[in-house]
Amino acid sequence: MKDQVAIVGIAQTPFAKRLPGSERSLAAQVIVEACADAGIDPSEIDGLASYTMETSEEVDIAKTVGAGDVSFFGQVGYGGGAGPGCVGMLAMAVATGQCRVGVAWRSRKRGSGVRPWASAAYSQLGTAQWSRPWGLLRPVDEIAVLWRRYMHEHGGTRDHLANVAISVREMANRNPGAVMHGRPLTRDDYHAARWISEPLCLFDNCLETDGALACVLVPAERAKDLRQRPVYVHSWAQGMPAQGHPMVNYWCDDPLLGPGWTCARQLYRNSDIGPADLDVAQIYDAFTPLVVLSFEAYGVCGRGEGGAFTEDGNIGLGGRLPVNTSGGGLSEAYVHGFNLINEGVRQLRGGSVNQVPGCETALVTAGECVPTSALILRR
Amino acid sequence: MTIPPPFLPPPLDDDAQPFWDGCALGELRVQRCTDTGRLIFPPRPLSPHGSRRAPEWVAVSGRGTIWSFVVPHPPLLPDFERVAPYNVVVVALEEDPTIRMVGNLVAGSDGAIDQIDPAGLAIGEPVQVVFCPLGDGWVVPRWGRVPPG
Repeated sequence: MKDQVAIVGIAQTPFAKRLPGSERSLAAQVIVEACADAGIDPSEIDGLASYTMETSEEVDIAKTVGAGDVSFFGQVGYGGGAGPGCVGMLAMAVATGQCRVGVAWRSRKRGSGVRPWASAAYSQLGTAQWSRPWGLLRPVDEIAVLWRRYMHEHGGTRDHLANVAISVREMANRNPGAVMHGRPLTRDDYHAARWISEPLCLFDNCLETDGALACVLVPAERAKDLRQRPVYVHSWAQGMPAQGHPMVNYWCDDPLLGPGWTCARQLYRNSDIGPADLDVAQIYDAFTPLVVLSFEAYGVCGRGEGGAFTEDGNIGLGGRLPVNTSGGGLSEAYVHGFNLINEGVRQLRGGSVNQVPGCETALVTAGECVPTSALILRR
Repeated sequence: MTIPPPFLPPPLDDDAQPFWDGCALGELRVQRCTDTGRLIFPPRPLSPHGSRRAPEWVAVSGRGTIWSFVVPHPPLLPDFERVAPYNVVVVALEEDPTIRMVGNLVAGSDGAIDQIDPAGLAIGEPVQVVFCPLGDGWVVPRWGRVPPG
C-alpha cells in the first residue's frame, strides 16, 4: 500500500488547559474542519478510525457530522500507542477499497478532566496488580524505572533529557498555538524544577491539555485533484514485542528494547525511506526518556547513543533531525500524540511554523512504552 | 502485627491467587513451565513455552538484585502522598533475572517504605524478600538488604 493513500485534510481545536464543549462536540468540529481543509463534503465520509480510549463514538460522530453510509470503522488500543496506528489502519482500509474517504481523530479533555492514574479504574488494568500496590502509581513512575536503568546501562544523563525539553520548548515558543508559547525554558529552570519521580522532574512530563485533532485520507489518485498538496502514507506499522507489557515492561529479556524496535522493523521493511533519509521526526513525548529511547528504536542513531543524539543542536531547527517541530506533547499540547501527526503533515505541505526547508519525508511515532505504531509520510 | 501503610490492595485476576497464597505462607512463588522448566511471571493460564500447557507454581529463593528504582514525589494518591518521597524498587530474581518484581526496600517486615534514605539505593544491590503482614489478611512481599558476608 506504499504511497497509495494520502492525507488531504487536517484540523485541530485551539489547545488549552480547559476548553468549553464536550469531547464529542470538539471531535465533530475538527472532523468537519478537516473535511473543509480537504475540500470534501462530510457526507462523503465512509471510514472512521480512532482510539479505544476515545469517548466520542463512531455512531455519534457519523450522525453529527452528517456522514453517509459508513463501510469501515475501527479503533486502536493502548492510548498513546494508537495515533499513527489509527491513520495506518484507516489507510489500509482506503487502499483496499473498504472505504473511500476516511477520517481519523482524537478528542480529549485531559487538561480539565481527571488524571487517569488517580482513578480506581486504573488499578483494574491487568498488569497494574503487579506494580501499583507498591506505589508505582503513575505513568511517570513507570517510565522513570526504565530511565534509571538506561542511565545505568548507557550513561544517560539528566542533561540529555534537558536537551529534549529545551529543544521542543524552543519549537513551541515559535508556535503561537502552543500551550507553552511565550514560556521560555532554560537549563537552569530544568535543573531547578521539582521532582515528580526521581530521576524525572517536572519538565520531563508532558502537558495536560484539552484539544481535538482530525485528518482525512483518500486514495492517491483522488488526492491529486484536491486543494491541498497530498501527503502520502509511505509506510506504517504497529509493534507489540514478544513478552512485552504496556507501561510496566519489566518481564521481557531486555526492557530497554521496547515496542518501537518491533514497530521499526516492520515500518522500514515496507519503506524506501530509511532512518538516514528522514527530514523531520515527530516523536511521541509524553515523557522525555521516550524520545531518547525512540531515537534508538527507529534507528536514527545506534543503541546507547540516544542520549548523545540530543546534543549539539541535532534535534533543533537546522540540526541533523529536527524533532517535534510544533512543540510536541511536552510544549504544544498533549492529545495522545495526534498533534504529532498533523505537524508531520504540515511539514510536508510546507506550512509549519518551524518549517524544515525542502522537507520531503517525516517520521511520526507513538509511545515507546505501550503497544505502539508509527508512520513514514512523504510528499 | 500490622505494618505502616500504604499498600493499595490489587484487584486480582483469575491467575493471581496462588502468588498471594504463597506470600501468606512465607513463600515467593512464580509459575514454571512443565515442559521446559522456564519460570513465568506475571502468571497466566498457559505457559508461553513448550507445548503451551498450564504452568505449575513453584517457590523461588527470594534472592535478587535491584534492577532499577524510583523515588515518587507528589502529586500521588493520598495514602502515598502522606509518606512521599518513598522508594519503589524493581528486583531481578536470582533464578531468572528477566523476572523483575516491583516492591519497596524496607528495613524489616514492619518497616515503612519511606524509612530508607533513597540516596543510598543502588542498582545491583543484593536484596532478599521479606513478607509484611497487613490488615485484611494481606501478606505483602517487600525487600530487605542482605547483610554483608
